[in-house]
Amino acid sequence: MEKLTPQAEEILEALWIATVEEKAVGCLLNDLDLGPNESALAELVKLAYVEKRGERLSLRKEGRPEAEMTVRRHRLAERLMMDILNIQGAKGNDQACEFEHLLHEGVDTKICTLLNHPTTCPHGKPIPPGTCCEEARSKGEFGVVPLTELKAGQSGEIAYLALSDGQKMQKLMSMGVLPGNQLELIQRFPSYVFKVGNSQFAVDDTLAREIHIRDLR
Amino acid sequence: MPKEATQPRIVLVGNPNVGKSVLFNVLTGSYTTVSNYPGTSVEVSRGRCRIAARSYEVLDTPGMYSLMPITEEERVARKILLEDRPEILLHVIDARNIERMLPMTLQLIEAGQPLILVVNILDEAERLGMKFDLPQLQQNLGIPVVGAVMKRREGLEELKQAIASYHGPPAPFEAYAADLEEDVARLSVLLTADYPLGARATALLMMQRDYEVEDMVQLEEGEGFPLLQPVLHAIKFSRRVDLNLQISLERKRLTRKMLDGVLQQEIADSPPLSERLSRLCMNPITGVPLLLLVLYFGLYQFVGGFGAGTLVDFLEGTLFEEYLNPAAINFFNGLTDIYWLRELLAGEYGLWTLGVRYAIALILPIVGTFFLVFSILEDTGYFPRLAMLVDRLFKRIGLSGRAVIPLVLGFGCDTMATMVTRTLETKRERVIATVLLALAIPCSAQLGVILGLLSAVPGALMVWLLVMVGIFLLIGFLSAQVLPGENPVFYMEIPPMRMPQLRNVLVKTLTRMQSYFLEILPLFLVASVILWAGKMSGVLDDIVAALSPVVTTLGLPAEASAAFIFGFFRRDFGAAGLYDLQRAGLLSPIQLTVAAVTLTLFVPCIAQLLMMHKERGLKTAVAIFFFVSCLAFGTGWSLNQFLLASGLLA
Repeated sequence: MEKLTPQAEEILEALWIATVEEKAVGCLLNDLDLGPNESALAELVKLAYVEKRGERLSLRKEGRPEAEMTVRRHRLAERLMMDILNIQGAKGNDQACEFEHLLHEGVDTKICTLLNHPTTCPHGKPIPPGTCCEEARSKGEFGVVPLTELKAGQSGEIAYLALSDGQKMQKLMSMGVLPGNQLELIQRFPSYVFKVGNSQFAVDDTLAREIHIRDLR
Repeated sequence: MPKEATQPRIVLVGNPNVGKSVLFNVLTGSYTTVSNYPGTSVEVSRGRCRIAARSYEVLDTPGMYSLMPITEEERVARKILLEDRPEILLHVIDARNIERMLPMTLQLIEAGQPLILVVNILDEAERLGMKFDLPQLQQNLGIPVVGAVMKRREGLEELKQAIASYHGPPAPFEAYAADLEEDVARLSVLLTADYPLGARATALLMMQRDYEVEDMVQLEEGEGFPLLQPVLHAIKFSRRVDLNLQISLERKRLTRKMLDGVLQQEIADSPPLSERLSRLCMNPITGVPLLLLVLYFGLYQFVGGFGAGTLVDFLEGTLFEEYLNPAAINFFNGLTDIYWLRELLAGEYGLWTLGVRYAIALILPIVGTFFLVFSILEDTGYFPRLAMLVDRLFKRIGLSGRAVIPLVLGFGCDTMATMVTRTLETKRERVIATVLLALAIPCSAQLGVILGLLSAVPGALMVWLLVMVGIFLLIGFLSAQVLPGENPVFYMEIPPMRMPQLRNVLVKTLTRMQSYFLEILPLFLVASVILWAGKMSGVLDDIVAALSPVVTTLGLPAEASAAFIFGFFRRDFGAAGLYDLQRAGLLSPIQLTVAAVTLTLFVPCIAQLLMMHKERGLKTAVAIFFFVSCLAFGTGWSLNQFLLASGLLA
């Protein structure tokens, strides 16, 4: 399938939000800042994704899956910008708008898995689930979760340590908290107590949030 | 160089709580404090030993997790490695955690250190079902390896033999991944000076942004440093994301390789008793009642009841009053007719009557019983569990669970505890802990006397306790708001619970008592002389008179001001002065409570003030002094008004 242009994706996205989330019957071209002869528009009409009646544009059934995926990519991009890269506010939005167009050919799946299949965007709107999300759910996979999400008695492999402060990282590493090591959570309250090898350690929730675990048992 | 001419040195290094101090003690025959609490040795201990007719100097260092220091203790330990060239370096590890501790061995081999590995605590490891082939490990590592249970002196002879027959530093080090090696080589060829850690390890530490090492290199290389700097910056930049992690993973990979064929792990059966007890201590539902039990029996019953009650009654009431005092006073009076000399020796504030009697009959039994309880608890490994239990609460007052040790030690001696606050990680924590120690933590001598005093009046103890806890939390909370800086991060190793060993506990208690006694007796005597001089010259009366309006504002008899003046020379002096007042029947229940509260909060003793000055600097010490004085009298006044108005304790 021919890849859509970024402009066409933006139009689909706006239409999907208006139609599915705001229950409107299509949009006016004016609202989308579009002239009637825009090439992106012609592209979508040709694919039969949208229908243009005079000044009004509506999303066709055929265009829905593609539109939903563009919204998904946008919101995943927002999550990535704001949660992982820590770019907040308008700047985060702008970056997400540019970034979303790069999330093709399985990159969206990878990012979705990295973010552990988020269900909402940073603004609280739902992220339409992809096939990877459905799969993870049906297998009951936890993916990679911070230590704070474990129940007492659960154990798993240390996946990675989130890097916010080099010194904190070093403390953890010097205690044997290294990717690949097995960790068992003994207690959650009032501090997190865990076991790595034959040693036990207590950490507070600030540090516990930095330790990410996979393959929970 | 003259340094070479001195005795050959043996230096002990290793993680906290692996038995370095035990090894030091059996090697040298002298005693350093051994404890089951990570990070207890802040100072470097020195001793001597003879092995195969050669005499060595032995250094015990604070625990360190790796050559990259994070805390103050680690910095102290690392400094020795950076500056000294030991003849032998003993790396002591805990056999149970060999996999976690070998990376540091590798790091030390990498640094070309003359290393012998001591695999300690083998007995507990074997109980966990671990089996070791140490000759194989020795072959893999290329350095002498000695298995040991040092607390029972097992392995001591083998170690001495290994030291006597030690030859040459370890074989060259096994390589890391090629790209990492390339960068290390690029940097280390530029190092021209002779570094105690070798060019390779020095280069690696610089790459890991160890600025202390970088400064040292800058000094050593002098004009060559600008040549090296761009290379260092380029490497640091290109590896900014994950160098530390990569190195850790490389060392982990090598550790696995070294342990190949060395370690067999059998599945251990159900968790042993100590593990179950450990969980009881850490679970808040059972842990808090356990803490209260420990406080009740340990502090209230044993220190307050037995130490401050039974023992003091015997020493002070029976031994001194009935036997020693009359004889001593007779003896001193027989020596001289001169009034002022008689007063100095055996008068009201005389050296004998005030100095020696208070120190031996009042203070020593109380401090001794406290240190006994403290040492027992320390050896069981209870304190780290207490630290994790209170961490959440302590965060509210700007401290982390780590601060539990200085604060608990404060109940023994605030001066000692103020010194120990240096193990806390941030300046903010150290200042808050110092304030709280100066203010709301009564030392054991004071505590003992106050518990004894107040238990006579129902309700008074409860009021005192509530005020202390309230002030502690309130001032902690407020200083956490006022002082800039972030909340500390808490992490702590939880060592296994152990049965305390009688000999260890006794030796530790006696060592602590000895150092406390050596520290206080001179101060008591000095204080006696000052008070005597004050009395003789009339200055004391003037000061007491000057303080009287303040004291009477609190609703206390004017005589109490003497107790406050004493209190400054020694906190427990003040409390003991109060004791005399109460015996003379000069205090009503309200007055007693108000006096006890004010005195507990009041200015720390002169020794603690000096220690605050040493540890925190003049400005902070003076500020804390004034703050504490104002708050003490302010609280005393408010409490008096409140008690009078409410009719409580009347």
